[in-house]
Formats: sequence, structure tokens, C-alpha cells
Amino acid sequence: MSDTVEREVGRARPRKEDARLVTGQTNWTDNIAVNGLLHLAILRSPMAHARIDHVNVTPALERPGVVAAFSGADLAEGLGSLPCAWPVTEDIVLPDHPPIATTEVRYAGDPVAVVVARDRYAAADALEAIEVDYTPLPPVLDLEAALAEDTVLVHSDKGTNRCYDWPLKTGEDFESVRQRADVTLKRRYHQQRLIPNAMEPRGVVVTPLAASGEYTLHSSTQIPHILRIMLAVVTGIPEHKLRVIAPDVGGGFGSKLQVYGEEAIALAVARRTGRPVKWTESRSEGYLATHHGRGMIQDIEIAANRDGTLLGLKVDLLVDMGAYLMLVTPGIPILGAFMYPGIYKMGSYELNVTGVFTTRTPTDAYRGAGRPEATYAIERIMDELAAELGLDPVELRRRNWIGHEEFPYTTIAGLTYDSGNYEAATEKALALFDYDKLRAEQADRNHRGDSVRLGLGVSTYTEMCGLAPSRVLRDLRYAAGGWEAATIRMLPTGKVEVVTGTSPHGQGHVTCWSQIAADVLGVPFEDVEVVHGDTQAAPQGMDTYGSRSLVVGGTAVHHAAVKVVEKARKIAAHLLEASEQDLEFTDGVFSVKGSPDARKTIQEVAFETFTSHDLPDGLVPTINAEHLVDPDNFSYPHGTHLCAVEVDTETGQTRIRSYVCVDDVGRVVNPLIVEGQVHGGLAQGIAQALYEEAVYDDQGNLVSGTMADYLVPSAPDLPEFTTDRTETPATSNPLGVKGVGEAGTIASTPAVVNAIVDALRPLGVRDVRMPCTPERVWQAVREASR
Amino acid sequence: MTRVSVKVDGTNYEDEVEPRLLLIHYLRDRLGLTGTPVGCDTSNCGACTVDLDGESVKSCSVLAVQADGGEVTTVQGLAGEDGEWTGLQRAFHERHALQCGYCTPGMIMAARDLLRDNPTPTSDEVRHALEGNLCRCTGYQNIVRAVLAASGQEVGT
Repeated sequence: MSDTVEREVGRARPRKEDARLVTGQTNWTDNIAVNGLLHLAILRSPMAHARIDHVNVTPALERPGVVAAFSGADLAEGLGSLPCAWPVTEDIVLPDHPPIATTEVRYAGDPVAVVVARDRYAAADALEAIEVDYTPLPPVLDLEAALAEDTVLVHSDKGTNRCYDWPLKTGEDFESVRQRADVTLKRRYHQQRLIPNAMEPRGVVVTPLAASGEYTLHSSTQIPHILRIMLAVVTGIPEHKLRVIAPDVGGGFGSKLQVYGEEAIALAVARRTGRPVKWTESRSEGYLATHHGRGMIQDIEIAANRDGTLLGLKVDLLVDMGAYLMLVTPGIPILGAFMYPGIYKMGSYELNVTGVFTTRTPTDAYRGAGRPEATYAIERIMDELAAELGLDPVELRRRNWIGHEEFPYTTIAGLTYDSGNYEAATEKALALFDYDKLRAEQADRNHRGDSVRLGLGVSTYTEMCGLAPSRVLRDLRYAAGGWEAATIRMLPTGKVEVVTGTSPHGQGHVTCWSQIAADVLGVPFEDVEVVHGDTQAAPQGMDTYGSRSLVVGGTAVHHAAVKVVEKARKIAAHLLEASEQDLEFTDGVFSVKGSPDARKTIQEVAFETFTSHDLPDGLVPTINAEHLVDPDNFSYPHGTHLCAVEVDTETGQTRIRSYVCVDDVGRVVNPLIVEGQVHGGLAQGIAQALYEEAVYDDQGNLVSGTMADYLVPSAPDLPEFTTDRTETPATSNPLGVKGVGEAGTIASTPAVVNAIVDALRPLGVRDVRMPCTPERVWQAVREASR
Repeated sequence: MTRVSVKVDGTNYEDEVEPRLLLIHYLRDRLGLTGTPVGCDTSNCGACTVDLDGESVKSCSVLAVQADGGEVTTVQGLAGEDGEWTGLQRAFHERHALQCGYCTPGMIMAARDLLRDNPTPTSDEVRHALEGNLCRCTGYQNIVRAVLAASGQEVGT
């Protein structure tokens, strides 16, 4: 019988989630309607930096449909500072961050006043009646100038724009390495600011129950559990009186891993008015109000011998915090700090991170969060080093990467990579890409002096994800743990509910957790449902970010299911009048060894447990089980990405001709979903290389302030991808799985830029600043020819 | 206030609306048809795409009064009376052409319009036809595959 049951883990199951999504039966936050609902609109600062002299909301109250209006000062009582949960150093500068500004605005978009009205049009209209007097202050925009003496301060009470310095130094002293190295190269790379652009704009709905002081908050959030704790602290609403629900959430990419001012404001206004309140951002409003990603200057120096052997790496980062520290703002570059050495062996590593305040929208997690930046810098400079040494970029990597026989391997940065096979992934990718043939074509075009050049870009990445071992988080001064919880409820009719602490917003947890549970329990995939995203229904969890859900949360589901089977075994043994040792459990059926007719399915055991008519003496009548997993290590997916780009040297136009990636994300639960994650990751990484940038003018206004000005790529802007896998199981969890959510984004950006620079290297080009727009490419060619 | 009479997903509605009311807000806030979402405020993203009198339109760029006397089909009106999905809905599911699903109603409506005009498009034609619909999750590859599959063409995996 066991031969006939197909295992669920590894099957390309189309998703359970889709039925509602393809028919429009959705429950986005903005869909929520309750009686008496008021719509909240927010007046935001039109200036990057100004003192607030006076706010008068009274004229707004005269407008039709307006129920209430509040200035920052009106709401200040009972609203604490928005939290930063990752103060990365002991002496970090932690400015006060009021959800709504009271005395000073520090970025264009800082909230200043709010209106609630009967419908969204009336609320938006009334904003224009609010009177605000500002005294403009100079903006702070340049990261280096911001650190100078006697400069304008973003937070004048703090005396500095320097938020923190975070150093890391391991192995041999870099200075001594530099002196004995045959070659050293130093480069400066710019990680432009990006706007995450989850397709669902953010929204929040608060429903108060005034009589009992209870509040239900729906939010388009990735983190309902963390949000509940933090909002309880910010608003003073007791944690047990606050229920947070993440309904259908339309993408996040880190932008909804946040405790936002609007969530606190909506609670405060609902508390003040006693009425349910809804706020939904417009896309352009979100460009100002939803945190940005990236935003750093990277100085990187690499030292090597003539044969290509790496000796050491030195990295200095200047990171744009924006105006305030949000939930994990200072920690983002720290997530990258351990990844600059990538997959390579070396004996010396020095890094310093400096966080800088500016008068821009705060930065925080965006897909990859610190690791794309690190991978970009090391993979870009590896290509530069290869060119310097006259080596093929793949060969240089081969000479330095960790061999598959060397795992587990502790890197110079102190991480222990549990498993991997860089050789296998690279060989497979090279073959799919037809690397040698493309190199021959490139040489031919160069020889002919073709105006359209071909460039090949390599990126052999790994990353740390699956956040995270709680003790490591403690050592990094992160305020919370990194465990995840799962409960399995065996219902009387044999159906199964998996309660998870992860909070999906497109990843497919319902499908994958069903597959994991179905395999362990031996029940049909269709008999499993997954409950998530509600602090009342799924009370324990650390939510979804950092490619953690499968490796931590999925592992918890697995363990909880194993516990259910063990509990059920006791009852089955009793019912079958056999000893537990004599029971076999295969495909959901307990049977007695040697007497195959004596059998009970686990679903029958669930019913017998429900009636409890015939259980062993003293047994607690449940086979439900709960498990929490605190991971021992991070997860280290890896892979090899190869990109071929045609560059028109006369127009600067680039075209990705082929993109091949072979990723190793360990054992795969659902190949369909893994491929989808990789595709989407590639799109976002390629978008950073070619298209996207949050552009500010010299007054601190966001110039790329609408979707018409910020190029989110559409279908014709992206190529067909060739994706494949190697599978080297993780040794850090029983499923053998690794994170996949961020890998594509982390790997692809340097592959694309390496390809563009590779195409133009014969013309003397050594770098093109991202995004590599036609104008920038054309400029780079022009400057190199001078 | 202006009186509008619109048939949406097979049901006739008559309402008094402000002349400035957008069709998308009429559908969502007045009729409670929240299957069609809003993704931007510059008509770039296409999430709100619906069918108006046989053409796909971005319902954030149409006033409710412009739909007066017209017939609107949204993603909620696609499935048959027995709940049976259309070929596009099935293909999006089978080809994993959606992740968060927020862009999906607009994608399906835009692809439906394409297949009406061009029943067997090439993959390039699909990409260009969907240029006005943004997706942040899928990188579009599976969306293209799904549309090709729905058109009855062979698609690799």
C-alpha cells in the first residue's frame, strides 16, 4: 500500500490559495466594511525638513462628512514613540519617533494632521482645509556631508547625524595582508534607494469595542504577532485587549515588516472617536510613507595573490537610515555584514558600518535586506579582480570557493555554512548557458568592433536566511527571538487544522504546510487546512520575513505532526490491543506487525479521541500537538546565476539575451512554488540593476514619486528565465530545506551589472552605476573613450 | 448627483452618484464588489482592469457616470453559473501564475481581452499586451505561460 501513496513533499501542487484569488473572493484590508466606518486621511509634510509652527484643523471640521480632525499635538497624549527593535550597538543614537509629527517634520511625507470622514473622498477633500505654518529647515541628503562637523542635524537634540558605527574584524590584520598581496583593488559602489512596491497598497482598519476597551486591528502586514506587541506598547492598549489580523495581504517584500505610524494613528483615532476607522494609502502616498530599501555607499577593497588566491577583504559602508529608525532599520546592513566574503575562503576580513540620518523616508527591509548589497559588492569586485588578473571570472571563483567536501565550513565572518555544492551548481549553469559558445561570440563581436557588444555576467552567491537562532539574535542586540510555532488540531471527522505562526502574503504556506503535514500524518492533502494571520486564531508566532517561514515554521509543522502521530500511537495501540512497539504506521494507518487486518487510521483515532469512550487509563484526551522550533543555525541557499546582455554602445540600450540560474535551496517541498519564488526574485534583482531608483531632488523631494515616474518593470521589460536546481539538503533541519524567498533577488543584480561591464570592458568601462539606464550606459561608454 | 444605470456581472444596478466617482470606487464601495482591487493612482498598474462593453478598461480611469447604460464584467463575473472557472482562471492556477494574487483580477481581465482579439498570441505578443498590468511577485514568466496555455497552445514547463 505504501507504494501507491505519492509523497506530498516534492510534488508540484497547484496552490490551494488560488481558488479565491482567481475568482475575486478576496479579503484585502481595504475590502473590509463595518457599520459606522470612518475613512481616515493624512496630511503630510510637503517639505523634507521644517519646524511646525502652527496647525489648525478646525476649518476641516466644517467640510461635509467630516467627523473629526486632529493635529499631531492633539493625538500626542497616549501615543508613544514608534519602536526600533534592533539597536545594533550600545551607544546607538535612538531618536524619538512620534507616529505623527508635533514639532518638526523630517522627511517629505511625515504625517502632520489627520481627518476622519464618512467616505474616502470627503476625507481627502478636507485635508486641504487644514492650515499648517512651517519654517523651512535645510534638508540633509548627502551621506558624507551629513557626518561633517557643524552640519545641519536631522535630530538637533542628538548632536549628530551619525546613528552608529558597527565594526567587525576577523582573521589576520587587513593592513598586513594588503602589504604582502600581489594585487589590491578598491572600488566604490552605490546601492540606490528602492521602493518595494508590493502590489497591494498598505491599509489598516481598526474596530473598537468601547465598552470593553477591546480593539481589532486588520492590517496589510507581514507581522501580525510582532505588530500586536509593539502597538500595545506604543498605544498603551493592553496586549490582551488588542487582536491583530492580517487578512489577505498582497505582497510585502519587507515593506510590510513594519510597525507603521498609520497603524498607531488609526488606533488612536478609533479610541478617541469610538468609531471604526479605515486608512488605505494611495500608491503615491505609499511612495513617501512606506519604508524604502537599500540606500548605501560601499567602499570595498580586496587583496589577492597573482594566482587569484584571495587574501582578504575590507569593507566600509555608509548607510542611509532616512529620518527615523523604524522596526529593524539599523539592522539591515548588519544582516549583510557577514555576507561580504560570500562563498570564498580568505584569511582577513574587516568591515565597518556607519548609519547616517538624512531627511528622507526611512529605510528598512526590502527583499534580501543587506544581503543583496553584500553579494553585489563581492560579486562585482570578483569580476574586477578577474579582469585585473586576466582570469576568467568563473575560474577565479573556482579557485576560491569552499569545496563541497569542506562542509560544514566556518567562514572568515564566523558563519558556519552547513551544506552546499558550488561546483555542481556552477557546472550545471555553465552547461545550460552554453558559456563557451557565448564567450566565442563575444570575442568575435569585440574583434569585429561590433557596435552591439555582448557581455557575460557571473554571480555565485550564498546568503544567510531562515531568521534566526534566538541566541544569535541576542548577540546581535535584536530585541526578540527567532523561533516559530505550529499546532496541529486533529478534528473529530478526521480533518486537520494546521495553525501556524507564519503570516503568508503570497508565498503559498497553506499549500506547503498542507503538504508537510499530509506526509507525516498520512492524510490526504485536501483534508488539511491552514490557519494563520490572526492573533486570536493563531496566537503564537514570529511571522514572515527573511526567508524564514519554511525553514523555521515548516519545520515546526513537521515536528508538531510527528508529535500527533506519537500521541495517536498510544491510543491506536490501546484500541488494537497491541503494544506500541508492535505497531507500524504507514500512510496514515496504524497496523499490528504480523496481523495486517488489525488496523486503525489516524483519522479514526482522531474520532475515538473525540468521544474518549475508550482511551487508556489516565490519558489526556487529545492527540493535538504543538511545537516550537528555535533554529540552530541560519539557512544558506546558494547558486550560480549567469546573464548575457547585449549592449548597444551607440544608444546605451541593454537587452538581456539569456538568463540562467541554478539554485540550491536544499530539498524542495513544492517545485512550482520554488520556481515562482525564483522568478519573482530575479525580476526584483534585475529591476535594481536596470530600472528602479527612488530619486530625490536637492531639496529632498521625492522626484520619482508616482508609479508613472518609478519604473516597476512590466512583462516586456523582463526576459524569459531558465531556472534549474541542484539539491544539497540542509543539515540544520529535518526537512533538509533552505530558504528561497530572497535568493533570486540577492543573486541577480550583480549578474546583470557584471554582464554590462563585461560587454564594455574592451572599451575601457569599469563600472556603470545602478540603475544601468541607457543614459548611464551611454555616458559610461563616452567617458571611457575620452 | 447623477443617476447611473449599469449592469455589472449580470445584475442591473441604478444609483445616484457624484459625477467624480470613479468606476472602481463605485464597484467597490457602493456595490461591494471588492474582487477588483486598486493598486495605484496613476493608471499604471492595471490591477483594477474590468471589461466595459467588450473592451478592457482600467476602472480607476473611468467615471461611474461614463459606464451609464453600459455592461461591466469583473473577475467576479467570469465563472459559470455552476461556478466553473474559465480557461484563463484554470490556467493561472495550474501554471502558478499568481502569488499574492493582487494583480490577478486585472491580469486575467487584460489577458481575456487579448485572447478575444488574438486567439493564439506569441509569447512576445502576450508580454506586450500585458504591458499595462504590473505584477511584483511572479516575474511574469508563469503569467505568459498561463495565457499561452489558455489559448490552447503547447507550453513548456
